Amino acid sequence: MQMHTEKIGLFTVARGESGSGGDRTVRPRRFPHALPPPLPPGYAKTMALEFTDLCCSRAGLPVLTGLSHRVEDGGITLLRGPNGAGKSTLLRVLAGLLPPESGTATLDGIHLGSSRDAWTEAVAFAGHLDAVKPQLTVAENLRFWAALLGAAGIDAALDAFDLGALADRAAHACSAGQKRRLGLARLALVPRRLWLLDEPAVSLDAAATTALTRLVGAHRAAGGMALIATHTDLDLAGAATLTLSPAPPGITTGPARPDPFLADIAR
Amino acid sequence: MHPMSIWRYANPVEFLRVSGAALPWFWAGTALCLATGLAWGFFGTPDDYRQGSTVKILFLHVPAALMAINAWLMMLAASLIWIIRRHHVSALAARAAAPVGAVMTVIALFTGAVWGQPMWGTWWVWDPRLTSFFILFVFYLGYIALWNAIDEPDRAADLTAVLCLVGSVFALLSRYAVFFWSQGLHQGPSLSLDRQENVDNAFYWPLLICIAGFILLFLSLVLLRTRTEIRARRLRALQNLQARA
Amino acid sequence: MSPLRAVLGRELRLALRSGGGAGLGLAFFLTVILLVPFGTGPDPDRLATIAVGTLWIGALLACLLSLDRLFQTDFEDGTLDILALSPLPMEMTVALKCLAHWLTTGLPLVIAAPVLAITLNLPGAAAPWLIASLAVGTPALSFLGAIGGALTVGIRRGGLLLSILVLPLYIPTLIFGAATVRAAIDGTDPTPPLLLLTGLTLAILALAPFAAAAALRINLR
Repeated sequence: MQMHTEKIGLFTVARGESGSGGDRTVRPRRFPHALPPPLPPGYAKTMALEFTDLCCSRAGLPVLTGLSHRVEDGGITLLRGPNGAGKSTLLRVLAGLLPPESGTATLDGIHLGSSRDAWTEAVAFAGHLDAVKPQLTVAENLRFWAALLGAAGIDAALDAFDLGALADRAAHACSAGQKRRLGLARLALVPRRLWLLDEPAVSLDAAATTALTRLVGAHRAAGGMALIATHTDLDLAGAATLTLSPAPPGITTGPARPDPFLADIAR
Repeated sequence: MHPMSIWRYANPVEFLRVSGAALPWFWAGTALCLATGLAWGFFGTPDDYRQGSTVKILFLHVPAALMAINAWLMMLAASLIWIIRRHHVSALAARAAAPVGAVMTVIALFTGAVWGQPMWGTWWVWDPRLTSFFILFVFYLGYIALWNAIDEPDRAADLTAVLCLVGSVFALLSRYAVFFWSQGLHQGPSLSLDRQENVDNAFYWPLLICIAGFILLFLSLVLLRTRTEIRARRLRALQNLQARA
Repeated sequence: MSPLRAVLGRELRLALRSGGGAGLGLAFFLTVILLVPFGTGPDPDRLATIAVGTLWIGALLACLLSLDRLFQTDFEDGTLDILALSPLPMEMTVALKCLAHWLTTGLPLVIAAPVLAITLNLPGAAAPWLIASLAVGTPALSFLGAIGGALTVGIRRGGLLLSILVLPLYIPTLIFGAATVRAAIDGTDPTPPLLLLTGLTLAILALAPFAAAAALRINLR
């Protein structure tokens, strides 16, 4: 079968000269920032997180080079990989903080980059920093996030990590593990479709780690999804694993764009 | 992309090739224009009946002042191109132009002081135009300092582009605010296209040639510095690769 | 509690708690005004001629002093990430932070300035215009400062750089603010510069949050 393509305006037209004769596919040229086509009415959205060919660089170094994965409704994926493999970068990309250089991500049919509000309302992000203000008490910290995110109250969040006894303690008097619990308790304030957790179990004791897995389990039971970067083993039955490896050396790596400053050296 | 499109030169490698070929011609043009214009201006024009030969500093002062402003405008255009089209050469050209523009501002201020001393009897007055150039110089300093403070090149390009946009608005605002603040001693525009204005006929052509020389000097320096910036980025990219290999 | 009140309340609470530094700007202002007569000599007439400039520049520097805390601590402890992902637009968060900065830094200066003006022998007739010009002008100082704070948030020891970036932006505000008071001293009509100052401040209030939010988003990448 012979194929040739023609460029007509914005469209690349591929013509095939085979079988049924005259069959042609018209495919719009892909712009990295182009808006996705609107969904037809009555179209059932895929309830999943899916990302395809994600590429991203930090400080001029390619970190993600064409990463693809799918998390089903109620699915958990553990991100594994050595330091510098791009776990945190992936989480920041999926949170919407870091625009990817290329590739797409959709969450329940919403395209990353198309609607900031729809995306941020579906995502909860807990980075490796706790976002805890030392001058405020534990309850004050939580109450602020509750008001900002529109949660009804903080009791459930306090209970989730057994923070009730610490509620009136100033956060600067809390230990690292207690601050971590306070940071994670934010997840229990409002329901979100997708949790993005960066090393949540760091500095947690055994009881708190159990509380974390219980919270993630409840989130999953309610149909939520989670992407968890972790070095420690979390007791999450049925969780998928996505292992990231550092970008291989070389000038062009997979579908990543070559460095424009080395375009003459890159193949 | 159309092969003759101007954006072809936004490719760093293509830019290096083309600018390398063009640069000697720019230098030659600079040397020719500056030599002719300055020699004609300094030795081929009569002394002013009132200002004597002091007036001839105008052949340095006016072109430098013009380029001080135009360099910022070029940085503004380059920053906008970087924000909208994300061409690395554009961001690096803006970075390359800043020190050149800052030096032009210093030349304009310095020659202005040297000219003003015998004319006004003082090295410096807080005249609106002098003050505006002083302010412009401070904006250049901030812009250069921000570029140098940020390690990550693309982030530095983004943030300095934001600063350049904000700075442009406030440099213009400051200029009008400064005129509100003080009415000055400074003469009006020295050059206009109908050439009936302030400048004597005998000064007109050598001044134009000097201005052309300064424009070419600016372009040559910016091309040269942009090439250096591109090479520094290439070096950095190669070092990154080597560090990972 | 609405998200707007939550952010504003938190900012005020953090500023007023220990280590928040709400009173530092005012203390700095007092100290600068105390030092000026040592530099110029105690002659009341001479002090009167420089009173306006001293008060305005003192206010400017006092505002500048606390700007590096505006976003820096939130950036370092990860709060800014969560704020960027909250339902509140970044521009609104920036505007609220600037408002809190003005309430804790700018407003005390407006109140203290007429008292300090007496020590500098500023003519009494000009005092209401000093208050008016500072009340109208200092919000612009907080909002412009946010641009500098957002640009330098990722830079360690960015305080000095912040001053170099922000102080030139203060020039138009300073010119119109000081011109208002000087016009009142000279007996000319102080309303034109005051109206220009008001217009300038309103434009800055409307536009600066967009520039600052853009810079913050770049820094959060």
